[in-house]
Amino acid sequence: MIDIQQNHFGLFGLPAAYAVDLAYLDQCYRTLQSEVHPDRFAAAAPAERLRSMQLATHVNEAYQTLKSPIARARYLLHLNGVDTQEDTNTAMPAAFLMQQMEWREAIEEATAASDVAGLDQLLRELRHAAKDQEAQLHSALDQNKDYAQAAESVRKLRFLDKVRDEIEQAIEALDENL
Amino acid sequence: MALLQISEPGHSAAPHQHRLAVGIDLGTTNSLVATVRSGMSVVLHDEQGRALLPSVVHYLANGGAEVGYAAQTQQSRDPHNTIVSAKRFMGRGVHDIPDLGHYPYRFVDAPGMLQLSTVAGVKSPVEISAEILQVLKTRAEKSLGGELTGVVITVPAYFDEAQRQATKDAAQLAGLNVLRLLNEPTAAAVAYGLDNASEGVFVVYDLGGGTFDVSILRLSRGVFEVLATNGDSALGGDDFDRRVFCWVLEQAKLPPIGPEDTRLLLTKAREAKEQLTDHADTRITCVLASGELVDLTLTTQIFNELTQPLVSKTLAPTRKALRDARIGIEEVQGVVMVGGATRMPQIQHAVAEFFQQEPLTNLDPDKVVALGAAIQANVLAGNKNDNELLLLDVIPLSLGLETMGGLTEKVIPRNSTIPVARAQDFTTFKDGQTAMSIHVAQGERELVSECRSLARFELRGIPPMVAGAARIRVTFQVDADGLLSVSAREQTKGVEAHVVVKPSYGLSDDEIASMLQSGFSHAQDDKQARALREAQVEAERLLEAIAAALDKDGALLDEAELTALQQPMELLRVLAAGNDARAITHGIESLNRASETFAARRMDASVRKALAGHTLDELNL
Repeated sequence: MIDIQQNHFGLFGLPAAYAVDLAYLDQCYRTLQSEVHPDRFAAAAPAERLRSMQLATHVNEAYQTLKSPIARARYLLHLNGVDTQEDTNTAMPAAFLMQQMEWREAIEEATAASDVAGLDQLLRELRHAAKDQEAQLHSALDQNKDYAQAAESVRKLRFLDKVRDEIEQAIEALDENL
Repeated sequence: MALLQISEPGHSAAPHQHRLAVGIDLGTTNSLVATVRSGMSVVLHDEQGRALLPSVVHYLANGGAEVGYAAQTQQSRDPHNTIVSAKRFMGRGVHDIPDLGHYPYRFVDAPGMLQLSTVAGVKSPVEISAEILQVLKTRAEKSLGGELTGVVITVPAYFDEAQRQATKDAAQLAGLNVLRLLNEPTAAAVAYGLDNASEGVFVVYDLGGGTFDVSILRLSRGVFEVLATNGDSALGGDDFDRRVFCWVLEQAKLPPIGPEDTRLLLTKAREAKEQLTDHADTRITCVLASGELVDLTLTTQIFNELTQPLVSKTLAPTRKALRDARIGIEEVQGVVMVGGATRMPQIQHAVAEFFQQEPLTNLDPDKVVALGAAIQANVLAGNKNDNELLLLDVIPLSLGLETMGGLTEKVIPRNSTIPVARAQDFTTFKDGQTAMSIHVAQGERELVSECRSLARFELRGIPPMVAGAARIRVTFQVDADGLLSVSAREQTKGVEAHVVVKPSYGLSDDEIASMLQSGFSHAQDDKQARALREAQVEAERLLEAIAAALDKDGALLDEAELTALQQPMELLRVLAAGNDARAITHGIESLNRASETFAARRMDASVRKALAGHTLDELNL
């Protein structure tokens, strides 16, 4: 689309690493958008308006990628030529799969019992598990350069995200029946 | 009053450069136009000093139309031809409207958008809205003493593509240059002059006549970032009126009544609702056309009971938006109330209880949206020359493609910050296939039949290949107005596929052209003169924009490039002084093409400058 030479990290003046100062990222994002956003070019020539839209779109894409732990990790691996195989590699350690099943059962029980508090608790557990994986990503990517390990963490995070979505949907469904 | 200060010493534009820009709130019940004058955002009044323009259009047998208060007085007398709340029909088909029978209008089931049969002919909601916009345009130009450079028109945040496009079409019909379609809650947030010193998360609760929006925004040093938005584009104050209306019918044990009496009772119901804002009870009395007398007392308690389900209906989208934004109630700094319906004490209590804080109500809820739109119009037109105000809005509903089995696959998720683009790769099914069809829909449901169909895109000109060999990348781009455009490119051969858009709703360019031609009751000019003037205005704008760009960044071009740009500029100047609209349009196209390289270079330099600024910041930390 646009031939911006740098990758997303470069665009924000950040080193290509998993650990990112999110506050700094936010600040850079706002500064960049202040320069390129279509609001700055509403009265400009059509060629500039088009270019502005393309650049602002690119900045949004880069920002969303770096903001999300899983997208950021996936992107870093991609920059290093590693595919996370999220759609093809479904092998998981047995313990991890057991935990998934336990969570799913807990969701079913809590939903059947209309136990919103119970579901909230599960959500907290999920968040905790995700934070663990994120810490692992940091050491795998930034310290050990163990890309295979990092790819596995990304796949796990994907699983965890799906479970989290299910819990949130269950809470929402119970909410709407209030 | 917390309004943004606009001019700064030494930074205001020279008088002859000040561009006339206004903000328009095209509301379900009332419409307004506002502008920034001497640094203050103000609503413009009509000749009788009234700020609000009732969004009512009354069609006459001679083909003309009355708009506003004059039309409103005709509601009960001529209900079939007095259209109220046309906004509810924008971008909607007959099957989209629940309880069609409640309205006294003669609906016509037309493909894409319903129409209304009136004594002045069959009218589209787009034409009806254009009548209202035309009145506001005239009011603004008279008040400001000149032609408008551009307008910002507000739309409910929860309006989908069809509804937004219809709004833009109405503006085009009225001869307005739309600088931006702005979401109403965002406009309100701006007007509350959450000025540069404030930081934090704010919620805008906007209950209008026919639509409900709730938006969660983060404000940080002049940047308004929408985190999530939700709502119901078919829920508003009108529905509260209807509950009272139904109660009256029941209580007074009335036999079935005609359209005139329906309109009369609905008006009484609205008045009663408004009375209850400041009184514990109110009397509803009137004589129907049949001679029946209605004399009832409505108490606040009964009213609250009747309308409690509606209030609850606003809280579900509110919870959803908070979840999508991942914001807890304790993180909300302030809740802004927008829309006349938020005057109801019941609403204020419900919101205060939900958020555990008193909502902000100091600005007139009827005017706040127009005021905010005017502030942004002033910035977009180029009058305000700094980088303080930036609105980062979102797309309210997911965009998806129809896949096998009538399912939707989401391509752009809801609450994505706009502008946003996504590319999706497709391939061919049969050997030698040169075309394919893609169906785009908007909504959160799994079945495409439960989403809003936006368009079917036909890609033609795919180079014939073995089945599965082609790599067609289709790019979906949503712009800053929340409108979608599609482009497609066959990757292996690098050929741009020709995309033909068949919108499922709305007006084609031909339909708009013919509406413009068949004349439009308030337009005094003949169509040729209008086409010429529009071409001239567009040429002037383009020339001005490029001249300003050269002023700032002319150094980016070398001698030869500068001449190559100045030639088409000069040519266009000459053409614009003439009478040939078509030649002017060609000249505009040539100049646009000629300026592309310069535009790209300016933007890239701008981005590099922004990044360089970072490195400096880093060093200073």
